[in-house]
Amino acid sequence: MGGFAAYLKSWVTGIVSLLTGLKVSIVNFFRPKVTESYPENRKTLVMPEHFKGVLTMPHNENNEHKCTACGICQMNCPNGTIKITSQTIETEDGKKKKILDTYLYNLGQCTFCNLCVLTCPSNAIVFSKDYETAIFTRSKLIMKLNNEGSRLEEKKKSASGEA
Amino acid sequence: MFDFKVLTQWIDQSLRALNLPDFGVLVIELVLVGIALLAAYAILAIILIWFERKICAWFQCRLGPNRVGIFGLLQTFADTIKILLKELIPINNNDKILFYLAPFIVILSSMLSFGALPFGKGLQAIDFNIGIFYMMAVSSLGVLGVLLAGWSSNNKFSMIGAMRSGAQMVSYELSVGLSLLTMVIFAGSMQLSQIVNQQADLWFIFKGHVPALIAFLVYLIAGHAETSRGPFDLPEAESELTAGYHTEYSGIQFGFYYLAEYLNMFIIAAIATTVFLGGWQPLHIPGLDGFNHVMDYIPTPVWFLGKAFFCIFLSLWVRWTFPRLRIDQLLHLEWKYLLPLNLLNILFMALIVIFKWHF
Ligand code: SF4
Ligand code: SF4
Repeated sequence: MGGFAAYLKSWVTGIVSLLTGLKVSIVNFFRPKVTESYPENRKTLVMPEHFKGVLTMPHNENNEHKCTACGICQMNCPNGTIKITSQTIETEDGKKKKILDTYLYNLGQCTFCNLCVLTCPSNAIVFSKDYETAIFTRSKLIMKLNNEGSRLEEKKKSASGEA
Repeated sequence: MFDFKVLTQWIDQSLRALNLPDFGVLVIELVLVGIALLAAYAILAIILIWFERKICAWFQCRLGPNRVGIFGLLQTFADTIKILLKELIPINNNDKILFYLAPFIVILSSMLSFGALPFGKGLQAIDFNIGIFYMMAVSSLGVLGVLLAGWSSNNKFSMIGAMRSGAQMVSYELSVGLSLLTMVIFAGSMQLSQIVNQQADLWFIFKGHVPALIAFLVYLIAGHAETSRGPFDLPEAESELTAGYHTEYSGIQFGFYYLAEYLNMFIIAAIATTVFLGGWQPLHIPGLDGFNHVMDYIPTPVWFLGKAFFCIFLSLWVRWTFPRLRIDQLLHLEWKYLLPLNLLNILFMALIVIFKWHF
C-alpha cells in the first residue's frame, strides 16, 4: 500500500478507535454509580463474604467455647497478635488437663491474614463482619476473646470415637 | 429578548445625573466593570471546578463530592478557603521576581480575554472590530507565564514541563487560528458582536455545511490542547515531571495556575460558543416561528453559559477518556493530521463563500 493510502487509512482507523473510546466512557457515565454513601446506608450495608473484621470466639448458650488452648493459632500468627495463657487443672478422674485461662487478641497488630482461623484444629475462632472498629484508646484494641467463666465445650460422650 | 444595554445605560445615566465630571463617570464605570468581571471570573472558576469534579466522578462511576452542601456544591468554596490559608513556601536559588510574576501573567492573560467575551445581549465589556484576533493574541499570552514559571523555578522538571508547553502552544495555536479563520471567512468579520448577530436566524455550525462542522471539531481539539488538559497534559505529566511547570509553587500561587487552567477551558468553550454555536443567540429554526418565540424567553446569558458548558462537557468527556499522548504523537497529530485538514477546510469554505453555496 502506498504512503498516501496508508495515511488516509490511518485517518479512518484513528477516528474509529477514538470514537470507540468515547463510546465506552459515555456508557459508563450513565451507569449506576458504585460508590457507597457510608453513614447513610449503614442499615443496608452488607459486607462481602470473605470480609474480616474482628477475631471472635463464638460461645454457645451455656457459655462454652471450643478452644482447647493448644496454642496453634498463637504459633501460626505471623505478627504475635494472639497471646494465650492456660492453666493446668486436674479432672475428677485424676487426669491432668490444660484449659484456657485468657485468650488475648490485639486488633491493632492483626493483618487479617486468616492463618489463625485456618489452622485452629477445633474451629474455635472466626472473623466477625464488624467494620466500625476504630477507637480512640489503643489499649482497647487488646481484647479478651473468651467470656468470663466460660468453659470448654465437652465433646459428646456418645461420639463415634469413644464407642 | 432582554437587552442588557438598558441596564448599562441606566447605570451610565444615573451616574451622570450626579453631576460628576466625565472622567469621574468613566473611572467609576471602569471599576464597576472590573469588579463585575472579577466576580464572574471567580464564581465561574468555582463552578467549573465543581462541574469538572462531578463529571469526572460520573465518568468513573463514582458520586463525586457530595458532603459539603447539597450535591457538594460548597466543596470548592471550602477548598478555596483552604488554599487561601496555605503557606507560601519560598524557594532558594530561584529568580525571585520572575517566579512571583509568572502566576500573574497566566491569570492576566485569561482575564484579558474575559473582558471581550459577549456574555449576553448587550453584555460585553469591549467590542473590538478585531475581536477574534484579540482573543487569540491574549489567550496565548498565558504560555509566557508558563515558560517564566518553568525557567525561574530552577528545577529541571519545571523546565521540561515549560518547554513542552511551549512546543505544544506553538503547534496548536496554528490549528486554533486556522479553524477560527475558516469561520471569519464565512462571517466576513472579526468583530464578535457582528459574528453573533449574523447567527440570529441559524447558528454557523448549521449554516456553514461540513466545513463549519470540521472547523468546530478541529477548534475543540486544538483548543483543548492549548489548555494543556486531558490527553494533552504533557506540561504537567505527573508520572514523569511531578507537576511540571508549577512543581515549585505552593498555596495561592499554585491556586492561580489552577484557576487559570479552568478559566482557559471556559474561554476556549466560550469562543467556540460565540463563533460556532451562535453565542448568546437562542436556538432558532427558520420557519418555526412559535418555537423561535418560546426560545426567546430564555435569557441570553443562560443560552451563552449553557452552550459554553456543553462545550466544556465535550472537553471533559475527551479528557476522562483518553490516555496522555507522547510528545511525538502530540506533534504528529497537529502537523500531520489537523493542519492539512484545516488547510483543505479553509479552501473548501472559501469556495462555499465565493459560490454562495451556504444558506
Ligand atoms: S489473622 Fe493473622 S495476624 Fe491476625 S491474629 Fe490471625 S494469624 Fe494473627
Ligand atoms: S483458638 Fe484454636 S488453635 Fe488457638 S489455642 Fe484455641 S483451639 Fe488452639
